[in-house]
Amino acid sequence: MHIVVCIKQVPDSAQIRVHPVTNTIMRQGVPTIINPYDLFAIEAALALRDKQGGEVTILTMGPPSAEDSLRKALTYGADRAVLLTDRFFAGADTLATSYALAAAIRKIGETYGTPDIVFTGKQTIDGDTAQVGPGIAKRIGLLQLTYVAKIGDINLSAKTIEVERRSEGGVQVLRTKMPCLITMLEASNEIRRGDMASALRAARAEIVRWSAQDAGVEDISKCGLRGSPTIVKRVFAPTARAEKATMIDVAGGSPADALISAILKRQTNLEADLVALARGF
Amino acid sequence: MSEATKKPAAPASGRASTKKELAEHFKAYKHVWVFVEQERGQVHPVSWELMGAGRRLADKLKVDLAAVVIGPEGDATQRAAAESFCYGADIAYVVADDLLTDYRNESYTKALTDVVNTFKPEILLLGATTLGRDLAGSVATTLLTGLTADCTDLDVDADGSLAATRPTFGGSLLCTIYTLNFRPQMATVRPRVMSMPVRVARPVGRVVTHPLGLVEDDIVTKILSFLPDRDSTKSNLAYADVVVAGGLGLGSPENFQLVRQLASVLGAEFGCSRPLVQKGWASSDRQIGQTGKTIRPRLYIAAGISGAIQHRVGVEGADLIVAINTDKNAPIFEFAHIGIITDAIRLLPALTEAFRARLSPHSRDRIAS
Repeated sequence: MHIVVCIKQVPDSAQIRVHPVTNTIMRQGVPTIINPYDLFAIEAALALRDKQGGEVTILTMGPPSAEDSLRKALTYGADRAVLLTDRFFAGADTLATSYALAAAIRKIGETYGTPDIVFTGKQTIDGDTAQVGPGIAKRIGLLQLTYVAKIGDINLSAKTIEVERRSEGGVQVLRTKMPCLITMLEASNEIRRGDMASALRAARAEIVRWSAQDAGVEDISKCGLRGSPTIVKRVFAPTARAEKATMIDVAGGSPADALISAILKRQTNLEADLVALARGF
Repeated sequence: MSEATKKPAAPASGRASTKKELAEHFKAYKHVWVFVEQERGQVHPVSWELMGAGRRLADKLKVDLAAVVIGPEGDATQRAAAESFCYGADIAYVVADDLLTDYRNESYTKALTDVVNTFKPEILLLGATTLGRDLAGSVATTLLTGLTADCTDLDVDADGSLAATRPTFGGSLLCTIYTLNFRPQMATVRPRVMSMPVRVARPVGRVVTHPLGLVEDDIVTKILSFLPDRDSTKSNLAYADVVVAGGLGLGSPENFQLVRQLASVLGAEFGCSRPLVQKGWASSDRQIGQTGKTIRPRLYIAAGISGAIQHRVGVEGADLIVAINTDKNAPIFEFAHIGIITDAIRLLPALTEAFRARLSPHSRDRIAS
């Protein structure tokens, strides 16, 4: 089977700092990583390929430097990597991003074989929207399975797939048809360590680079900022609460008692409720 | 692949219009809608929370607030529609069909898209739950309109546009996003971000039914079974009255016990900040913040948490925020009500003991405070 995995290169958010005076993002030197949620998608794809045979193609849209993440994905054992990069894609929101990625996935299908499954992570850590996967599915007409915790039986001749999908109050066990798009839930698996052969291959591998034209994008005006119906008008840091926090003096006798008194002074009816809560009512 | 990739600076491809120039066919789009999410006969509370926010937007725009209720035929769906009036809806659009008993992307996308295309709302709000996020992306892409995910604030501008604010850059800044020239303007909001409006028994309101127009054979995806969560395995963080949470300031995974001990004495739920989940000190269902749970407790005690925006937006709805941190410059002191500059590792055990003494049924000094 042919599996495509969409990944995103993101800044390592643990290392982003905001300038204390200007409140602007200090991006310089922030290392980039594969969006951590996408690792579960990569592993799910590789595990399926190992079991069923076939190929895994990794796709990302981003600046030329996003090649680093594709090469990393190859070290895990993916078969090929495609970088969709073009100035026309800059500033895309989720709708414009799904348009460009859908075009590239169609092109991948024409070039390397129609994908049976497209995987993504459940969301990215920088955008947190979880909307690009559903967008791609709708654009291509793939059946959509989000928040998948487990992949079950696959019948390649009948083109059916069974999955366990997380819902708010439980787990749905679903059967649908391929081709489909699956977004993987965190902790659904653990990314493998790439072996030496994959690492060597990844270092030498040629990353396929496509511009909008190469990917067969039909309408440039649907890409990037121009193709984005949403418009960011303002970016700002939150303001401090007008009323300053009451600070508890730690030099006094018992800071714990002072803190409790301050809490109960602010929330006068809390104590009786706490007594009830503490007793387990 | 996200809102965050969008930079406010003009890129090479030319600037999108930042002025409202609504096409003629979009001018018929009126009123504010809230998608009422139900699973197995239970309405998700986020739908009523959104009804409160939707009511404020509708009042400002001087338009109606409508609920969209999609579900199986029968009592539960009718009850949800009737209930929506008690939370402020003027109209309820109902798509009731037994094919909608379980959530499936195909059938729900068809139902919601059809109702939108028929009755044309200007604003459509959904809960950012697993169901809402699955549905919103499909509907927005089908309608080719803008969708702002996981908003923390919703307002309307002087020109009547929806101003949707959400964290950006991994939760370190906020941004306000508009869908000026497409309709409906769609947004999702996570549970507990908006406060629950007061329920007012108000059995008036118009019910408008709409057919689904599908037969089972049209829907490829089949439900094989549903395994409900056992209540005991789920944390009740989002709805807890008292929450105690720990962050990196705890220094080591063992010290997370101190948070759990205080929580236990208070009958509280315990939680943590994002780095603790990333380090594996706590499980992801305990994470509080933009990418974890949003909480609205009466008392929130944050121990060794610095208070990055991504955490702040998840706790700002708390009535009383108590911050314990050694760093007097930690951002958490900018939004805490009570602060104490000290090492949480030392304070937590003392606090646990002091609370235990105070809350014990034999405590005599409880009343005299």
